[in-house]
Amino acid sequence: MTTNPDATPVISIRALVNRFGKQVVHDGIDLDVKRGEVLGVVGGSGSGKSVLLRTIVGLNRPAAGRIQVLGEDTQGLDDADWRRLESRWGVLFQSGALFSSLTVAENVKVPLKEHTDLSPRLIDELTALKIAMVGLPPDAGGKYPSQLSGGMKKRAGLARALALDPELLFLDEPTAGLDPIGAGAFDELIRSLQQSLGLTVFLVTHDLDSLSAICDRIAVLVDKRIKVDTMEHLLDDPHPWIREYFHGPRGRAARHAQAE
Amino acid sequence: MAENGASFEAKQADGELVIALRGRWTIGLVAAVNSQAAALRPGGARRARFDLTAVEAIDSAGAWVISRTRAALQAAGLDVTIEGGGPAQEALLDKVLAAGLPPPAERHPHHYFIHIVERIGAALIGFFKQGRDLLSFFGAVTIAFLRLFRQPRRIKFVAFIAHIEQTGLNALPIIGLISFLIGVVLAYQGADQLRRFGAQIFTVNLVGVSVLREMGILLTSIIVAGRTGSAFTAQIGTMQVNEEIDAMRTLGLDPLDMLVLPRVMALVVALPLLAFYSDILALTGGGIAAVFLLGMTPTQFITQLNHAVTLNHFLVGISKAPVFAMLISIVGCFEGLRVTGSAESVGRLTTQSVVEGLFLVIVFDAMFSILFSFLHI
Repeated sequence: MTTNPDATPVISIRALVNRFGKQVVHDGIDLDVKRGEVLGVVGGSGSGKSVLLRTIVGLNRPAAGRIQVLGEDTQGLDDADWRRLESRWGVLFQSGALFSSLTVAENVKVPLKEHTDLSPRLIDELTALKIAMVGLPPDAGGKYPSQLSGGMKKRAGLARALALDPELLFLDEPTAGLDPIGAGAFDELIRSLQQSLGLTVFLVTHDLDSLSAICDRIAVLVDKRIKVDTMEHLLDDPHPWIREYFHGPRGRAARHAQAE
Repeated sequence: MAENGASFEAKQADGELVIALRGRWTIGLVAAVNSQAAALRPGGARRARFDLTAVEAIDSAGAWVISRTRAALQAAGLDVTIEGGGPAQEALLDKVLAAGLPPPAERHPHHYFIHIVERIGAALIGFFKQGRDLLSFFGAVTIAFLRLFRQPRRIKFVAFIAHIEQTGLNALPIIGLISFLIGVVLAYQGADQLRRFGAQIFTVNLVGVSVLREMGILLTSIIVAGRTGSAFTAQIGTMQVNEEIDAMRTLGLDPLDMLVLPRVMALVVALPLLAFYSDILALTGGGIAAVFLLGMTPTQFITQLNHAVTLNHFLVGISKAPVFAMLISIVGCFEGLRVTGSAESVGRLTTQSVVEGLFLVIVFDAMFSILFSFLHI
């Protein structure tokens, strides 16, 4: 394939339907995520933000629809291809999802050991580099997840997600549960890593500050469908939920803070 | 799409070392060039220049190898520049350089012998601490139990009944099957030996006495320790991980009342019943073996059993049941409450709970034997 990689979307979803029993969560979603952008995904509780993320990374099988990630159809890949595809993205789960029986450094090493044939020494070095890049102190590497604060857990989870230098990063509410300063610092970290590593970021969030600070485009899940646009355009959207979301007191405060 | 692996060429001219990089310096491909880069020596040069013009792609692993090589050359006293990279590559290199060289991984020097002694010592101290904590937990449970008489409203009746169902009723099939088979085996093996003395009929005594005094209760306790003790630890431990027990405390609920006492009381009720059931099934197994394999008539078996065993035998066995039930349930709950934070600790303490429960059951059984022999029961 000699097509320009920048032209094909990193994630391309067509007519996606998700349902649990009789409850329909997604009813025909179309979504394209462009290379190098940060896409923020918002929606009310229960609107299926996390389900969408889980569906894209293959943790949830959709009822219908087609998903292409990094140019590959996610359905119908055999195990080896799927594993190769999986090593090209990183996922940060809501509470870090670190392996509790392993130290932070060992957590970061898991994908390196599993998917590469680097020498143990280089793995040690890269692990320390990743831990430093996400802004953790060097001694955090020897600690167990239960010894870390919430913010440090998320940073450690991010280090693990970045271990294989993925092209695509999925973040599930990365700033939820962090104090505003910690959340701001985390936003900044994601932005700077995104720029220096050339990542495409799929960011599920509730945090209006994150949205206005780091997202290039925003996807809103309403009425089981999705609406994608830039923040400015969404501000003029007539849909009542979107109006309420961006024009409510919190939305105004976040935009105000950004404008300053 | 041909993948060009990472490679570089180092040339020296006019005291300047030019390192020309080629190909894709990415995580999957950088391993090939890593040791070569580590072996790079200044070789008399005073300056060094990394030329990235021919690099196709770079990620943080590649940037790391470059940045480490750069640091090594700088440490050797060279003036190092990096040029020819695009803006994105430079941003990445800056990022990696800013993260700095991580300190080398620490290796703890330890003396092997001292390490062994230290571990033995720690295990011994841990054992005694564990014993002390268990004893104090037993005390706390006893006090909580006695408090129930003053404040009967604290009794969680629904939980109590539910646990009787889970620990007692649901265990009937497995305990029944195992007891029955052990009864068959005992009768068959006993008869095989006793036949040599022509004392085959005493098989019935062997089965009757051993089942009623020891086998019935011991088998039941072992199964229950594996089945219920582990379940108690895992249930309470998982609640501990989810902070449910902390939530309980903040709501003014005592975990001893809510979780521990219903389980302990349920097992104290259920285990004697299970032991009785096990006695019956094991005797039935022995009887069937005697009839079908050894050729006794059912009447013979029952008459002989009637001669062989007394009510005392049965009472000796069954009187141990409440004690074993307390040991198993208290150890199970105690280990569950010791869980901290991680899933790994739930697993470890569940194992420990079963091992400790079994250990205590066997130790107490031995002590009962000694006690009963002193009392001539």
